[in-house]
Amino acid sequence: MTDQILRDSLLITPGMLIPLFPLIGFLINGLFGKYLSKSITGWIASISVLLSFICTFYIFINLPSTGALHIDLFNWISYSTLNISFGFLIDPLTLVMLLVITGVGFLIHLYSIGYMHGDEGFTRFFTHLNLFIFFMMLLVMGSNYLVMFIGWEGVGLCSYLLIGFWFKNDAYNDAAKKAFIMNRIGDLGFLLGMFFMLFNFGSLDYAVVAQKALLLPVGSSILVSITLLLFVGATGKSAQIPLYTWLPDAMAGPTPVSALIHAATMVTAGIYMIVRSNVIYALAPFTLEIVAIVGVATCLFAAIIGLMQNDIKKVLAYSTVSQLGLMFAALGLGAFSSGMFHLVTHAFFKALLFLGSGSVIHALHGEQDIRKMGGLRKYIKVTYITFFIGAIAISGIPPFAGFFSKDEILAKAFEHSKVIWAILSISSMMTAFYMFRLVYLTFFNDFRGTEETKKHIHESSSLMTIPLIVLAGLSIIGGFIGLPSVFGFTHQFQMYLSSVTDASKELMKENIELNHSMEYILIATAVIAAIASILYARFKYFTKKEQPSEDIALVGFEKAVYNKFYVDEMYDTVIVKPLKVLSDLFLVLVDKLIIDLLVNAVAWVVGLSGRMLRLVQSGNTGFYVFAMVFGIIVLFVIRLLI
Amino acid sequence: MKEVATNYVPQNWYLLLSTFLFCVGIMGVLFRRNAIIIMMCIELMLNSVNLLLVAFSAYSGNSDGQVFVFFIMVVAAAEVAVGLALLVSIYRNVASTDINVLNKLKW
Amino acid sequence: MSQYLFFTLSILTIISALYVVFSRNPMHSVLSLIFCFFTIAGHYVLLNAQFLAIVHIIVYAGAIMVLFLFTVMLLNLNKETEPHKTNWIKIAAVIAAGMLFLVLIASLKSTELGPFHLPYRSTIGFVQNIGIKLFTDYLLPFEVSSILFMSAMIGAVMLAKKEK
Repeated sequence: MTDQILRDSLLITPGMLIPLFPLIGFLINGLFGKYLSKSITGWIASISVLLSFICTFYIFINLPSTGALHIDLFNWISYSTLNISFGFLIDPLTLVMLLVITGVGFLIHLYSIGYMHGDEGFTRFFTHLNLFIFFMMLLVMGSNYLVMFIGWEGVGLCSYLLIGFWFKNDAYNDAAKKAFIMNRIGDLGFLLGMFFMLFNFGSLDYAVVAQKALLLPVGSSILVSITLLLFVGATGKSAQIPLYTWLPDAMAGPTPVSALIHAATMVTAGIYMIVRSNVIYALAPFTLEIVAIVGVATCLFAAIIGLMQNDIKKVLAYSTVSQLGLMFAALGLGAFSSGMFHLVTHAFFKALLFLGSGSVIHALHGEQDIRKMGGLRKYIKVTYITFFIGAIAISGIPPFAGFFSKDEILAKAFEHSKVIWAILSISSMMTAFYMFRLVYLTFFNDFRGTEETKKHIHESSSLMTIPLIVLAGLSIIGGFIGLPSVFGFTHQFQMYLSSVTDASKELMKENIELNHSMEYILIATAVIAAIASILYARFKYFTKKEQPSEDIALVGFEKAVYNKFYVDEMYDTVIVKPLKVLSDLFLVLVDKLIIDLLVNAVAWVVGLSGRMLRLVQSGNTGFYVFAMVFGIIVLFVIRLLI
Repeated sequence: MKEVATNYVPQNWYLLLSTFLFCVGIMGVLFRRNAIIIMMCIELMLNSVNLLLVAFSAYSGNSDGQVFVFFIMVVAAAEVAVGLALLVSIYRNVASTDINVLNKLKW
Repeated sequence: MSQYLFFTLSILTIISALYVVFSRNPMHSVLSLIFCFFTIAGHYVLLNAQFLAIVHIIVYAGAIMVLFLFTVMLLNLNKETEPHKTNWIKIAAVIAAGMLFLVLIASLKSTELGPFHLPYRSTIGFVQNIGIKLFTDYLLPFEVSSILFMSAMIGAVMLAKKEK
């Protein structure tokens, strides 16, 4: 016991330093950025994240997987029985998230110094990036839902600022607004969920909520409503059906932003939140069903759309939505640690893919259409190799990172329901196919762009390639933190998270261990399917040298897919247009007729009385004295009468 | 005590006298248009208050009231000095001390 | 005895005050106001405030009223040319003042007067007592009023000075 106290007291300082470094970086760059040279601001931002990473790593080494570090900073809201403290909780789950955020975040910061080089908003970019890291840390480190919510809103704000980073382009601003509004819808759900929690449990502390929830019967309506509302928040932040449409549009931001915020960290907040509340979710099986259905549907839906996209970043965006769907499916099946595992590996290879695409775009001076690429493998070797590794990792070829995490989820799906397994497998095949479609169209055959661009193709600077190489390394070996037990290893990752997820695991006793032969078959099927799709992509786009057809040439189903199933247009017709009509109606009826009338009437009365009273101000001193005396008389009379 | 009381002026009488003087002052302000007379009426009002203060001071056996009278005298003297100076400069401009001529400062 | 004195003085005060208001000649108004101030000084003496009475005569009759007199003479107002108000305004003024008087009396009737000490403590009006009060309890207002005086003096000179 005393050892624990001693250990905790040693860890509290680095624990508090973790969010402090990015905040300091943000303040320095935000307040004094003007006076500092460009390269210095970039390095300040990067090093602040690196220092956080070091602190995180220090705690990671010293904190046993059963332990949790509580840091109460101050009592924030205190009102009658309600007590909400502003504090941090650092446990294995938080540490996993922190390592991803600071580790991948640092690499992306480093990359950005090269990528954003020459942009006029260089300092602003790093300021926002640091602020984002700070809020993301609040999100994962908070010891209760309210602190998490601050981070939740903060990352939304930073996401908005960074999507609309090039604010001179109206389309980008629209994308930023769309992201913000979509997130607001989700945030409303989150807020309502918190209110429900406060009302029913009287606390927002993770531990207290879980404790009180255990007293309720499984599937009670309170728990179902709380979890559903929180899930609405998660669909907004993590881009799930029906609120996913903002994420593809969010690619308007600079590519490092897409990599950091819209692939590796922020969009995984929803998954973190559900894993953090795994106990109450485990107590609400109905919600878990919904989560699984939404996850599976998003996974398939986004994968289908991804097949037909021609913008290199849009393909990756839909792939992200699809992969997030896969994680939610895992959560819905009760495999919380598997979802987290995939989150980590996904952060590695998706950040790699985005940064790789950024490198490609950089080489081609802003060209994003894969129809105008091709043959780049000869010109930008490092980018090609690392991108290829990322593509293999996401496709699920052993022994790359994606294979282990994806396979784990597929196995869990198979235990639960064959249908879900089938859909997820098909989605995985599609993922493999469109990723290699991307690879072959971008890096193989001949260059399809103009001669002028061709002359200027160049490999990016080492500042950009080093993060690519590191992430590629992580994508190769990242999976080994969670080697499946079927091969006779202990599942390190699952063990590490067990202190967080054990409580829910006990609640869901339906976990039947698959027999090993079945599991081997599943693995073999998945690998063969992935390789088959890759070979088909190779055949189609390399051997036959097919090219995606022009926009107008598309017909039928393909056209619908290319246009993202017209979901945006549908939202426009079903929600936006009626709202517009309604507000127009209110404009005419309520605003113009009633409110304007009232306001004008008040103004008219004031004006009229002013015109009348003006006559009293005659400038005649004698009259003023009369008025004064009369006033005194009236006052005395009143005093006498009362 | 009764015999003694007849030898002294009741406090009410001072009250009555100074109220009357005050009202005469007010009436003067309302009645006249000459700014100098109006200022004189203001002096009259100030004096009615002084009188009452001295009376109260005497009846309560406390000299504070008389000190107040000093200060009122100070203020009155200052007021008259500035007021008359203003009047002189006004007279220079409009050649009149009629307050109704000075009605430009309105609206 | 003092009651008779009070009556005599009061009647003189009231008559001279009324004459200030109703006289058509400003010069007469000034002179009758001086007389009115003298009678008020008489009241002060009656109330055992001899020092105040002397100061009153020096300040009011000696300084202020001389200032008035000079102004009247400077502006050459020694005429009955002053424009008078219309009759109904005069009536209104009298009625208003009368109403105020009635109302004040009515409200003063309901006030309770504090206990008073008879006979008068004759020492309170002495220079010594007032001086001690003035330079101990009321030192700050005393000093402040000196500043007020100085600013009034400067102001008066500035205002009355002929513009060049």
